[in-house]
Amino acid sequence: MAAADELAFHEFEEATDLLAQTPNEATTRGDQLVPQQHVAVAVDSGGSYGAEDEVEESDKTAVLDRIKGSLLPRPGHNFVRHHLRNRPDLYGPFWICATLAFVLAVTGNLTLVLAQRRDPSIHYSPQFHKVTVAGTAIYCYAWLVPLALWGFLQWRKGVRERMGPYTFLETVCVYGYSLFVFIPTVVLWLIPVPWLQWLSGALALALSAAGLVFTLWPVVREDTRWAAVLLLSVVVLLHALLATGFLLLPAATSGARSTSPPGHISAPNRTTVTAPTKVRSSLGRLEPAGVSLFQAQHKGVPLPALPPRR
Amino acid sequence: MAEAAESPGDPGTATPRPLFAGLSDISISQDIPVEGEITIPMRSRIREFDSSTLNESVQNTIMRDLKAVGKKFMHVLYPRKSNTLLRDWDLWGPLILCVTLALMLQRGSVDSEKDGGPQFAEVFVIVWFGAVTITLNSKLLGGNISFFQSLCVLGYCILPLTVAMLVCRLVLLTEPGPINFMVRLFVVIVMFAWSIVASTAFLADSQPPNRKALAVYPVFLFYFVISWMILTFTPQ
Repeated sequence: MAAADELAFHEFEEATDLLAQTPNEATTRGDQLVPQQHVAVAVDSGGSYGAEDEVEESDKTAVLDRIKGSLLPRPGHNFVRHHLRNRPDLYGPFWICATLAFVLAVTGNLTLVLAQRRDPSIHYSPQFHKVTVAGTAIYCYAWLVPLALWGFLQWRKGVRERMGPYTFLETVCVYGYSLFVFIPTVVLWLIPVPWLQWLSGALALALSAAGLVFTLWPVVREDTRWAAVLLLSVVVLLHALLATGFLLLPAATSGARSTSPPGHISAPNRTTVTAPTKVRSSLGRLEPAGVSLFQAQHKGVPLPALPPRR
Repeated sequence: MAEAAESPGDPGTATPRPLFAGLSDISISQDIPVEGEITIPMRSRIREFDSSTLNESVQNTIMRDLKAVGKKFMHVLYPRKSNTLLRDWDLWGPLILCVTLALMLQRGSVDSEKDGGPQFAEVFVIVWFGAVTITLNSKLLGGNISFFQSLCVLGYCILPLTVAMLVCRLVLLTEPGPINFMVRLFVVIVMFAWSIVASTAFLADSQPPNRKALAVYPVFLFYFVISWMILTFTPQ
C-alpha cells in the first residue's frame, strides 16, 4: 500500500477511503499481510466474532483501542475507517450493552440504598425487574436503531458517488462502542448532586453523539442537505432520549409507589400535593432543589395493597 | 517373529534411495498362520459390566453419580490444574446448585410483583442463559473447549456463591445492622473471588493467549451479577 504510506503525512482520510474502496487489499500494519475478508458474518462452522480470527495482533488491545477511540471522538477521525478498519467485531457491542444494562440496574439499586440511609422511611427492595427493563431497552436500541440507520443509508445509496455506505455490522459496531461512555457516567450518577448529574449526563451525551456524527458525516455529506441534517438530528435525538431514559430509569420502573420514591429525594420541606405530580416528583436519581420544578414531594396517599413500611 | 525389515538407511550406501524401497526385499522365512480365533479380551467384561449396571441396586447408581458430583465439588473448592472437571463433565452439579440458589433467592409470592427480588424463573434463566452466552462467547473467540464442558465448569463454580447464599441467610436471621451488612459483604466478596479464580483456572487455558482477558471478562460479569443478587437479598 504505497499510496497509503505516501499519504501518511497528509489528510489521513483519503488513505482510509482508499482502503475502504479496496477492502480486500492486504493491510500493512506491520504485523501481518494476510488479505482480509471484508466482513465475515459471525456464526459458521468455524465460528468467529466477525473477522476476529484473522487478526494476529492481540485482540484485547484491539478492543481497548476501539473503546478509547469511541471515548475521544475527533472531527477528522472516522471511527469506522480508523478504528474498525473494515473489520467490525461483535464482541465489543454485545458485552458493552450487557455491562451497561447490569451497571444501570446495580446503580439504580444503590441509589435506593443510599436514599434509604438518609431517609429511613423509604422502603428498600432489590427491584430486580430493572435488569430486564434496562437490558431490553439497551439491546433494542443497539440493534434496531442501527438497522433503521443502515436501511436508510442503503436507500439513499444512489445519491452518493464516492463512498459506499457502511455495512450493517459496522453500524452496529459503531453504536455499540459509542454506548461505552455511559458506563462510567452511570456510576458517576451515584453522587447525589443534581447539577453534577446533569453535567456528566450532558458530557456523556456530547461525546457519544459526537462520535456517531463524525462517523456518519462523510457518508451523508454528499447527500442532499435536508437528508443529511435530518439524519444527523434524528440520530442525536434518539441518543439523547436514551440518555434521559437512563437517568430516569429508577422512577420509571417504580413510579406507582407513592410512599417510597426511589433515588435521593430529600427535599427539606415536604408538602402534600395532588396525584398528577406524583410521578414527576420522584424523578429517580434527580434531587429536587429548593425552588425547582420538582419541589413538592408526595407525602403518601394511601393506595390499596401497599406493603407495610419498615 | 518374521525377519525384520532391512535396517533403514544403510550408512554405507551413499546413493539416495526412495523411501521404503527396501520393503520389497523382505522375505518371510516361515509361514505365519493367519487364521484362528480373534478374541477381544475386554468383551466379556464389558458385557458383564453393562448388565451389572442394569441389575445393580438404585442406591449404587445414585451413589456413583453423587460421588462423581462430590468429587467435582472438591475440585472447585480446591482449584488445581486438573482435568477432571473437563474430562468427565456432567450437568447434575450445576442443576443442583442452580435450583438451590434459585429457591433461596426467590421472593415470596405474597410480595408485590414489581419491587422485589428475582423470581425463581428469573434466577434460573439468568444462570443458564448466562452460562450459555459465555460458552458461545468463548467458542467464538476460538477456544478449544467443548460446549458442555464449559457449561459444566461454569455451573460447578457457582458452588462458592451458593455457600455464600447459605451464610447470608443465616446471618440475616440475626438482627439487621451495619455489622450484619459488613459480614455479608465480606463473605460475598470472598466467595465471588473464589468463583472467579476457580473458573479461570479451568477455562483460561483453553483460550489463545491474546484473548484470555476477553474470555474472562464475561465470566467476571456473570458471577458479579449473581453476587449482586445474593448481596441484595432481603427476606420478606
